[in-house]
Amino acid sequence: MLTEEKIPTKPDNVRTEEMVLNMGPQHPSTHGVLRLELTLQGEIIKECRPHIGYLHRCFEKHAEAMTYPQVVPYTDRMDYLASMYNEFGYAVAVEKLLGIEIPERVEYIRVIMGEFQRIASHLVALGTYGADIGAMTPFLFCFRDREKILSLFELVSGARLLYNYIWVGGVSHDLHPDFVRLAKEFIPYFRPKIKELNDLLTGNRIFIERTANVGVLPLDTAINFGISGPNLRASGLKWDLRRDDPYSIYDKFDFDIPIGKGEMGTVGDCWDRYYMRVLEMEQSLRILEQALDQIPEGDVSSAIPKRIKPPAGQVYSRVENPRGELGYFIISNGTVNPFRIKVKGPSFVHLGIMNELCKGHMIADVIAILGSIDIVLGEVDR
Amino acid sequence: MIYDYLYNLTGSEALAAFIQSLLPLFIFILPFALFAVLMERKVSAHMQDRLGPMRVGYHGILQTVADILKLVQKEDIVPADTDKPLFNIAPALVFVGSYGVFAAIPFSGAFVGANIDLGLFYIVAISGLIVAGILMAGWSSNNKYSLLGAMRSAAQIISYEIPTMLVILTIVMITGTLNLYTLSEMQTGYFWNWMIFGGPDFGISKFIFIPLMIIAFVVIYISTLAEVNRTPFDIPEAESELVAGYHTEYSGMKFAMFFLAEYANMFAVSAIVAAIFFGGFQSPFGYLGNTFGVHWLIPFEQFFWFTAKGLFFVFVQMWLRWTLPRLRVDQLMALCWKYLIPIAFVDLLIVGLITVL
Amino acid sequence: MKSTEEVFEILKGRFGDAISELVTGQPAESYFSVSPKEINKICFYLRDTEELLFDNLMNLSGVDDDNGEKKTAEDGSFTTFGGTLSVFYHLESTSLKHKVTIRVSVPRETPELESVAEVWRCADWHEREAYDLIGFNFLNHPDLRRILMPYDWEAGHPLRKDYKNPEFYQGMKVPY
Repeated sequence: MLTEEKIPTKPDNVRTEEMVLNMGPQHPSTHGVLRLELTLQGEIIKECRPHIGYLHRCFEKHAEAMTYPQVVPYTDRMDYLASMYNEFGYAVAVEKLLGIEIPERVEYIRVIMGEFQRIASHLVALGTYGADIGAMTPFLFCFRDREKILSLFELVSGARLLYNYIWVGGVSHDLHPDFVRLAKEFIPYFRPKIKELNDLLTGNRIFIERTANVGVLPLDTAINFGISGPNLRASGLKWDLRRDDPYSIYDKFDFDIPIGKGEMGTVGDCWDRYYMRVLEMEQSLRILEQALDQIPEGDVSSAIPKRIKPPAGQVYSRVENPRGELGYFIISNGTVNPFRIKVKGPSFVHLGIMNELCKGHMIADVIAILGSIDIVLGEVDR
Repeated sequence: MIYDYLYNLTGSEALAAFIQSLLPLFIFILPFALFAVLMERKVSAHMQDRLGPMRVGYHGILQTVADILKLVQKEDIVPADTDKPLFNIAPALVFVGSYGVFAAIPFSGAFVGANIDLGLFYIVAISGLIVAGILMAGWSSNNKYSLLGAMRSAAQIISYEIPTMLVILTIVMITGTLNLYTLSEMQTGYFWNWMIFGGPDFGISKFIFIPLMIIAFVVIYISTLAEVNRTPFDIPEAESELVAGYHTEYSGMKFAMFFLAEYANMFAVSAIVAAIFFGGFQSPFGYLGNTFGVHWLIPFEQFFWFTAKGLFFVFVQMWLRWTLPRLRVDQLMALCWKYLIPIAFVDLLIVGLITVL
Repeated sequence: MKSTEEVFEILKGRFGDAISELVTGQPAESYFSVSPKEINKICFYLRDTEELLFDNLMNLSGVDDDNGEKKTAEDGSFTTFGGTLSVFYHLESTSLKHKVTIRVSVPRETPELESVAEVWRCADWHEREAYDLIGFNFLNHPDLRRILMPYDWEAGHPLRKDYKNPEFYQGMKVPY
């Protein structure tokens, strides 16, 4: 079969040391349509270049053609795993431009929805991170608990994932009469589940071996790269927008801000970033308990303006997304359509650090690092 | 035994040998592989707080039949630019490597496929064909991911054969035979005669052996987990990293062969561990056939015990798969070379010393 | 904590003419303008000075100011000539907790300005996006290429006000 002429001789331009491997747009672990171009030497990575744009849906261009209330469903679809927070950020930004006051009940409702959304988003992040590392079971446990939160959201807004609930000036519907009771039942149900997750995944020796000392992000690099949210806190800086640049009524609640201490490895490694999210879920439960107890009565739609026509000006306002600092830069020119909306999605900024973190690690570590910085491609590409 | 029975039945040596070699395949292994797929799905589902297949048959029993029917009628997609002969032979090699092992495993007192005196040695040698098959599959798929998966798998299997062999040597030193059938026969009596509890000879050495045997059992269980590419060692098929590793490009019947071979391999190594340490087909507490005087029942009872032990170890393998995350390649190699091999070696030396004295 | 006016005064004292046009009093933030060729030096100064310490670039956005003359074609679409494009920088300090907004305006026909990718590494991707969608040319950028649109998109920069979708892209019909 193999004659003399068929045996190939090595051509001169074949590089036998480096291989370019494409973790292409379709891949079970890249959390969406992301293309990572890895230059490998054996199994060690020399360069990792992300290519994005596969999910670009032209949110910013659309927003210029619509009125301010019409933009709200579009903001949902950017970070589709934390939709309430996208709407929250947008509403806070436009309300700053308009300069209006919001009823207190609306503020409480927004905070409650935001914190439930934070827990739901972190559950997805942790579950899929476990699944990437190889433990399939915590993935299903996290999604089982997330189902309960999604039913609460369905009770309130009618939708499980993309809500169109938090409007500029208020919320679209008042809470269902059973909502507070069901929400209060969720909290004692969920606390032992965090402990179960810790037993199964956080303390697991193999998991620690895979994630500790991998992808270490020093603090000054993190700040220079614009990292925010749990990733920045894992590198050791106690920076939380709910505390340092408060919006809505977060200054009324008592909660801690966990930071990374390098318990299992170095400060700022993947385990720290993962563990931040677990601890944040507990803190969200604390905020929820306080908010559900203190929620006042009131009218939720009294402050929604009939026609939103902000005066000419601009604002950059930011909220603490489950993933980091979500910023809305809105320029208004006095008409009913926004002149320019620029969304700074935290995942966009965080993805820029992949090259820096992946150098010198192996392919399996790329998956661990990518999972730990927790990106959502909808937010990266908008 | 069965060979003599068949010889008397048919009167021809070749026909008797032929039927005898096919018997384990069709009566046991293929139904077992079908059953194991379903078992894995149900076990994993119940561990993950869900139900698993429920629609096909009562509570999903016929699910695997449906899967096999589906796989058989799928189009056989072969990517362009592959090395066609290698591509086609690879699944066959893996299949043969997995199933060839069953020739030497004693299913019951009356049936062993081939009473080979070199049983254990033969088993380790035949499972080496699997490595060749995997490398061929990875290379001929013309796909970087498959190649990576195949190379990792080859490294993994070859490394983990060493602790396996060391533990087998330990057992051989104590019992003096490589024949699995004789090994199982030696562990007659009650369960305290099993090798894990020190072996059939009663004496001070038996009690010294117990901790050493337990260590040896753990070492061989972990090594055989790595040989069959199960989590935590399933780097070659790591779904979330390399899509499906060396069998990414296979579809239809060829994929079914890889699939079935994996489950057969799982049972084969469970059976070997059971035969070496847990008495093979021996019952832990006497035979019903003996108590009632019904002697033809005994082989069936032995078969039942053998299957029960094998299935129990397969269940533990599945349990581990759905609980633990997977190890990275270098950690896997470090585990083998830096931890398992020294431990197995020390174990071997101590057992050797005790046996000699 | 410094307000925008104070930062403006400090910078004006140091860089003189490069800083200009403080805009205050409008909702909801004030900003001042900086000359496009000096922005790199000024950002180094902003990041490293003791009293300012702006170590975090929160946002960098390109804006089409839509202030040129529009020439309308027969089919209703228009092209803009003249006028400016702007880049807005939002900076903050994690230690001193103050924020400032800076604006850089460049003419539409030659939108060139210095890149600040050396000062804050996150500006790398933000500037690529501003180049991709609005068409700035950042000088001394390490790797200026398109990021959200396909790499061979030739029909211009989508977020400009006078952008028109092309008919065909690689043989596929674009508007459907």
